[in-house]
Amino acid sequence: MYNFNHHRPGSVDEAAAALSGADDGKLLAGGMTLIATLKQRLASPSDLVDLGAIADLKGIREDGGAIVIGAMTTHATVAGDASVKAKIPALAALADGIGDAQVRNCGTIGGSIANNDPAADYPAALVGLGATVHTNKREIAADDFFTGMFETALADDEIITAVAFPVPEKAGYQKFANPASRYAIVGVMASSGPAGVRVAVTGAGPCVFRLADAEAALGGGFSADAVTNVGVAADGLNSDLHASAEYRAHLVGVMLRRAVAAAG
Amino acid sequence: MPTVSMTVNGRAVTGEVEGRTLLVEFLREQLSLTGTHVGCDTSQCGACVVHVNGESVKSCSMLALQADGAGVTTIEGIAQNGELHPMQEAFREHHGLQCGFCTPGMVMSAIDLLNKNPSPDEGEIREWLEGNICRCTGYHNIVKAIQSAAANMRG
Ligand SMILES: Cc1cc2nc3c(=O)[nH]c(=O)nc-3n(C[C@H](O)[C@H](O)[C@H](O)COP(=O)(O)OP(=O)(O)OC[C@H]3O[C@@H](n4cnc5c(N)ncnc54)[C@H](O)[C@@H]3O)c2cc1C
Ligand code: FES
Ligand code: FES
Repeated sequence: MYNFNHHRPGSVDEAAAALSGADDGKLLAGGMTLIATLKQRLASPSDLVDLGAIADLKGIREDGGAIVIGAMTTHATVAGDASVKAKIPALAALADGIGDAQVRNCGTIGGSIANNDPAADYPAALVGLGATVHTNKREIAADDFFTGMFETALADDEIITAVAFPVPEKAGYQKFANPASRYAIVGVMASSGPAGVRVAVTGAGPCVFRLADAEAALGGGFSADAVTNVGVAADGLNSDLHASAEYRAHLVGVMLRRAVAAAG
Repeated sequence: MPTVSMTVNGRAVTGEVEGRTLLVEFLREQLSLTGTHVGCDTSQCGACVVHVNGESVKSCSMLALQADGAGVTTIEGIAQNGELHPMQEAFREHHGLQCGFCTPGMVMSAIDLLNKNPSPDEGEIREWLEGNICRCTGYHNIVKAIQSAAANMRG
C-alpha cells in the first residue's frame, strides 16, 4: 500500500473541502473494499478522507413513508434495526446476508453503492424498492444511480449522505450466494408499493437491472405463480469461474420466484 | 507523522503512525501485542479479529487512524486476574484448537456473538463463523466450545 495523507473530518462540508483540496483524494467508509484495493495498489490516492467521524452520516430514521439510512450506517446496524425489521424486513435480511459478521460491522451502505460491485446486494435493494440516493449536492433516483460495472452517477467530488427507501407493501429478496464470499451469484429483489411493482436483479449482469417482463406479470397479481414462465436470455449476462451466463439466466427465474414467494 | 491514540485492553496508548499503518500493524509492531495474527491479509480468514468499541472487526482491513479514540480489545485483554476468559477456557476444555493460529480470532469473534446472542444454536454459531477460517479442527470442537462457553456465561 502506498502512503497517503489521512483526513478525519467532523462534517460533510469539511469532508467535501478536504476532497476538493487534495490532488487525488478518495473517500474512505468501512474500508472493506477500498483497503484491499489500496493493498493491491490498484488505487494510490494522495489523500484519504475518512468519513468515520461524521455523526450526521450514521443512523436510521423514519421520515413520512420512508426509511432513511445514513451513508455510514453499517450493514450490521441495518440488519438489527427495529424499524427496518418492522417496515422493510426484506432489507434487514439482505443486510444480514452480506459477507460475514466482521464485514457487516464495518461495511456501509454508502460504500457499497458507491462501489457498485456487479455482485453486491444493496444495488438490488435500491432499484428493487425504488430508493432515492441523497448526496451533498442533489437527490438521485436509484434507477439513474447505477450506470454500469463499478460505475455510478456520482461526480468525483460528490458524497453520498443517505439513502431513502419508500416503505413497500410487500418485498422479498433472495440470493444464490457465492459460498466463499457471500456475494450474489444472482440476487433478486421483488416489491410492490408506492414505487410500483419492481423487480431488480443483481449479480447476473455487469450492473443491476430491472426485469420488465416480471414487473408486468406481477402487476396483474403479485404471486410466484404469475412469474412461472418469466425468464431472461443468457446474452450479455456474466460468465466466470463461479457460474456460466446460462446458469445465471436460469437462476434469475428461480430467485425471482423465491423472492416473490418470500414477499408473502 | 500523524499521532494515534486509543485505549487498548484498558490502557491508554499513543503512537506515531503513517496514514497507511493498519490497526493490526500498530497492535503487533508498536505495542508488541502479537496475539492478534495475520493469516490472509485480505479480510477473508478472521485470524486478525479484535474488538473496536465492542464490535468484532478484522484488524488487517482497518487503518490504525480509523480506530483513533476508540476502545480496542485484543486476545491479550480478555483474561482477568490470571483467570482465562470463559471462552478461552471452553476452547481449552473442548480442544477447540490444534495449531492455534486461528484461535485468537475465533475467540474474539465468538465473544462478539455471545454479546449479541447469548444462546445461539449450532446453526447460528456456524453461520457467525463465516468470516473465521480454521485449517485444522474441522470446526466441530470450536462449535462445541462456543456452546459450552455460552452455557457457562449464562450461568
Ligand atoms: C470478505 C468480504 C465479503 C463480502 N461479501 C459481500 C456480500 O456478500 N455482498 C455485498 O453486497 N458486499 C459484500 N462485501 C462488500 C462489503 O459489503 C462492503 O461494505 C462494500 O464493498 C464497501 O463498503 P465500505 O463501507 O467498506 O466502503 P469502502 O471500501 O470504504 O469504500 C468503497 C468505495 O466507495 C467510496 N465511498 C465510500 N463511501 C462513500 C460515500 N459516502 N460517498 C461517495 N463515495 C463513497 C469509496 O471512495 C470507495 O471507492 C464483502 C466484502 C468482503 C471483504
Ligand atoms: S488476516 Fe485479517 S482477515 Fe485474514
Ligand atoms: S487450529 Fe489451526 S487453523 Fe485453526
